[in-house]
Amino acid sequence: MFGAATAALLVCMAMTLIRSILGPTVFDRVLAVNSFGTKTVLLIAVYGFLSGRPDFLDLALVYALMNFIGTIAVMKFARFGDLAGMEDDSEEIL
Amino acid sequence: MDFPVATALGWFFLSAGSAFVLAGGIGILRLPDFFSRIHAAGITDTMGAWLIVVGLMFSAGWTLVTAKLLMLLLFLVITSPLASHALAKAAYVRGLKPMIGRELIREDDDD
Repeated sequence: MFGAATAALLVCMAMTLIRSILGPTVFDRVLAVNSFGTKTVLLIAVYGFLSGRPDFLDLALVYALMNFIGTIAVMKFARFGDLAGMEDDSEEIL
Repeated sequence: MDFPVATALGWFFLSAGSAFVLAGGIGILRLPDFFSRIHAAGITDTMGAWLIVVGLMFSAGWTLVTAKLLMLLLFLVITSPLASHALAKAAYVRGLKPMIGRELIREDDDD
């Protein structure tokens, strides 16, 4: 059962990789990479159970944190042009 | 692991989560527009992650692993919609228009 879940996760990760290569805009690529990161977290957790040693969950937690911070940082850079300030001509704050 | 009900529940949640994850992958690859792709990715990331982690919790039993999985579940449920929202907001503010209507045309094409 864990093997089937691992296979499904790997197939989905391959699809998101294809989208991240094909993606017409930068947002498609960031979306695909963010989804890839979430699938990586799940893959680490499921593979721990598959190999009988579920000790990799700390790595999964750290990877989830890094994935979220990375996505938010790339989005802030794509929207504001730098990572320091929030100078923007739109009236709403993200 | 201890009694068959937990094992059966774990298998059920794991297979449901795998189905959601596969549907999300197909949606990311096949849908025509960025906003429809973010719809597929955001929903199936949250739902598939939830189901798979709950299935793993049923397989693990009452151990420290379950506590770690619970932390992972809480974190994924909070951050995955937040990242999707930030992505959609950034794309919309940067001027990417969604495709609307039955013929799937962008709304700035007709004028």
